[in-house]
Amino acid sequence: MQRTNTNDPSYYHKVVDCQWGCPAHTNVPEYIRLIAQGRYDDAYILNRESNVFPGILGRTCDRPCEPACRRTRVDGKPVAICRLKRVAADHKSDDIKARLPKAPAQKNGKKVALIGAGPASLTVANDLMPLGYEVTIFEKFDRPGGLMRVNIPSFRLPPEVLDEEIAAIVDMGVDVRYNSPVESLEALLATKEFDAVFVGSGAPKGKELEIPGRRESDQIFIGIEWLESIHFGHVNSVGKRVVIIGVGNTAMDCCRSAKRLGATDVKVIARKTRKYFKASPWELEDAEEEGIHILENLQPVRFIIENGVLTGMEFDKFVSEEVDGKLVQTPAGREILPCDTVVLAIGQDNAFPWIERNIGLEFDKKWDMPVVDKKTFMSTRPGVFFGGDAAFGPANIIWAVEHGHQAAISVHQYCQGLPLTERPPDGMTLASTKMGLHEWAYSNNYSGAPRQKMKHVEMPKRFDGMSIEVEEGFTEEQTRAEVQRCLNCDVQTHFTDNLCIECDACIDICPVDCLTIAKPGDEADLRTRLMAPAQNLDQALFVSDPLKQTGRVMVKDENVCLHCGLCAERCPTYAWDMRKFVLSWPHASKVETPAAAAR
Amino acid sequence: MTYIAKPKVHHPSLKKNALGLTRRDYEGAITTLCAGCGHDSITAAIVQAFWELDIAPHTVAKLSGIGCSSKTPAYFLKEAHGFNSVHGRMPAIATGAGCANQTLTMIGVSGDGDSLSIGLGQLCHAIRRNVNMLYVLENNGVYGLTKGQFSASADPGSMSKKGEANTMDAIDSVLLALTLGATFVARSFSGDKAQLVPLIKAGLAHKGFAFIDVISPCVTFNDHEGSTKSYAYTREHQVEVVQADFVPMRDEITAEQTPGAAKSVMMHDGSWVTFRSVAENYDATNRDAAYNYIRERQKEHEVLTGLLYISADSRDMAEQNELIPGPLTNLPFETLCPGSAELDKLMARFR
Repeated sequence: MQRTNTNDPSYYHKVVDCQWGCPAHTNVPEYIRLIAQGRYDDAYILNRESNVFPGILGRTCDRPCEPACRRTRVDGKPVAICRLKRVAADHKSDDIKARLPKAPAQKNGKKVALIGAGPASLTVANDLMPLGYEVTIFEKFDRPGGLMRVNIPSFRLPPEVLDEEIAAIVDMGVDVRYNSPVESLEALLATKEFDAVFVGSGAPKGKELEIPGRRESDQIFIGIEWLESIHFGHVNSVGKRVVIIGVGNTAMDCCRSAKRLGATDVKVIARKTRKYFKASPWELEDAEEEGIHILENLQPVRFIIENGVLTGMEFDKFVSEEVDGKLVQTPAGREILPCDTVVLAIGQDNAFPWIERNIGLEFDKKWDMPVVDKKTFMSTRPGVFFGGDAAFGPANIIWAVEHGHQAAISVHQYCQGLPLTERPPDGMTLASTKMGLHEWAYSNNYSGAPRQKMKHVEMPKRFDGMSIEVEEGFTEEQTRAEVQRCLNCDVQTHFTDNLCIECDACIDICPVDCLTIAKPGDEADLRTRLMAPAQNLDQALFVSDPLKQTGRVMVKDENVCLHCGLCAERCPTYAWDMRKFVLSWPHASKVETPAAAAR
Repeated sequence: MTYIAKPKVHHPSLKKNALGLTRRDYEGAITTLCAGCGHDSITAAIVQAFWELDIAPHTVAKLSGIGCSSKTPAYFLKEAHGFNSVHGRMPAIATGAGCANQTLTMIGVSGDGDSLSIGLGQLCHAIRRNVNMLYVLENNGVYGLTKGQFSASADPGSMSKKGEANTMDAIDSVLLALTLGATFVARSFSGDKAQLVPLIKAGLAHKGFAFIDVISPCVTFNDHEGSTKSYAYTREHQVEVVQADFVPMRDEITAEQTPGAAKSVMMHDGSWVTFRSVAENYDATNRDAAYNYIRERQKEHEVLTGLLYISADSRDMAEQNELIPGPLTNLPFETLCPGSAELDKLMARFR
């Protein structure tokens, strides 16, 4: 095995599992340390650089960081990264306003149109406004936020949080045209008013379920449309017995909303078993806590309509078993569930009826989706970009944000006449955290504290209205305990090969048997010859050059390293050092333009 | 030393031994020795050996004297009995402890100062008595605690950190032990756990005085160029003459474990030590031949390691003196202390 190239930022980046797992590569360990120090403003600003909406995402993020968190592999539960983000947002001071990005008075003469005022478009505006662009957003509703506003119920995301974080962008001087759906892209382009157009219009169409009875009742709804109607106050009641079809996150929002509209018996219907549910585990837990029943192994057959009134729904039943890791379902008769209202939450589709198919913007034949470059986010029509759910189908907010960042780079390069394929590179800084013989610039002691449980508003009280936020946020004590659970994975164990005297001190002290000095070999072979077998193939092995005394190599399995720094403390020659890794991820502000170079 | 304690968490795949204990359960307090000290590696090897042998920590007595080496019993088997004696007097305490309770597994840890200077006489008599214990001499050639003066094991010509050469001859503990009739003599290196762990296991199983001299570099005062006890020097000059392996009683010796010209010696408890001479014609059961060979190779500046000598018919102190088996504390008071009438009778025999 060749020596691991630790000069490549992606090696250490990958060690920071949360940051690697985050689509926007938020510097999680650093903001957790800032929270630990009570520096909420700094933590908020650091978050905002990557994910733009810390307060919103601190409540609603799909949290790809948490399943990735190394702490899960150490004691079973990840650090509550998402809710710590909310702590930063909740406790930031008014001083933050002065630190938000600002648009220069002198514009650069380029105009950009963004379609839809959701997270993707808002991110593009956030990145381009400070660079002097004049940005116009076309929004079909009378308020900004897109799905964050109309699809996520306010008991999960209070409107004030949305207002504040959206205002931070819009108040830079974005021209938002409300109640202005774009009905023809061709017409918009024909105005030649804009140098570039970004489409961030989401995936606004809920999937249909065409089975008998679908069109015979007014009590059958499409999930996202129903949530929208609740948001705008068009729906404010529901039948007593409600059935939700589908078991994704939208279904969870639907069933919990139904409870708040007065339903007493709410059931969520799943075609498969729990292992295959699309909803995040914590959203399932929150729904079940509210007395919602999730029924498995049922597939809708028909709606039962009696005298024009919906009275129930009939399902095919299955018995499920796992065979060789695959789900095998065998029919087991039928079942009728009586109900008064049905909400279909089985997925979303894109819809671009407003994009003409003859304007040089190619659509994929199979899915009828625009052909969009995965790196540059540009369509086949130069100057038209896509991002968020509109680009590659439904994902989540944090992906929309990262698409926005990357599309903003492209828009900027496009408007400045630079090649889109030459992206600004990622980079890193590595700095020793050594403060003294046994002192480090981070808290290296391991805390055995369990993951803190979020407190919820008491049960009957929380159903009083749609906008009572259920989660109360972490208390000071909880925050204090939770921040210490972070393993500081960004403080890297950095090895200098020619300093090692092979004394074994690091190997002997390592609490989790990460380190081995071994005879060289290929990776598959090395993985079996370590202090503890390295069976997690997703986790890298660090391998040094042959060491000078014996020609053996230092091997580190990154898998469960606690980043406690004991290897470095026990190293007599400073061959091991704990170095803080700071990733620099490309954003539009880092594009080298000729004008910037001239300055 | 290190300020934080070693975190209690361990690798998810960490194994348990027959007692249901992990290797981590055999650790002690965190070390206060200098970073990179060879002694810490020996401690780790001791932890590994006791864990592999399924020895319950509370059935072990750890004994030591004074010095860096003698601090190390604090760093392993925290649930074992321990005695930190006066400088160089550990062998006397061990002799007493061995008499009082033969069921204890005894491990003594000493250094070149503790064993070869102030405690040399004590060591000699422990060897002569064949006290049933494992005696580990952590040998770094300097007095580390008093800032690096040459010890009695420093080789002539070896340079101090200041740049002065040692002029006196060295006391070689292995040759000394062979001369005095030791029944188990080995030399190893702290940087070679693959060799050291089986030796410690064999030494623990040996009935009698098992002596292991372990070259254990002092990173602070004796790991420079010109030193003959540094990591680099030892790695360059180490020659393994006998590879030893320990086979517990419960396992059968298979052909795989004893390839080639391997020999084996059965221990008193039915376990086996198998060994294979790497050097041609070396016979680890022939005391005189072993002595001569080691001296011969020393002239060529070779550091011979491995199980250098083992006696198949070791009779330990308890056996020679017909001591009663089991701990004295289990005896009824009347037997342990028969009273003044019995004492008078005994005295009468000497009048």
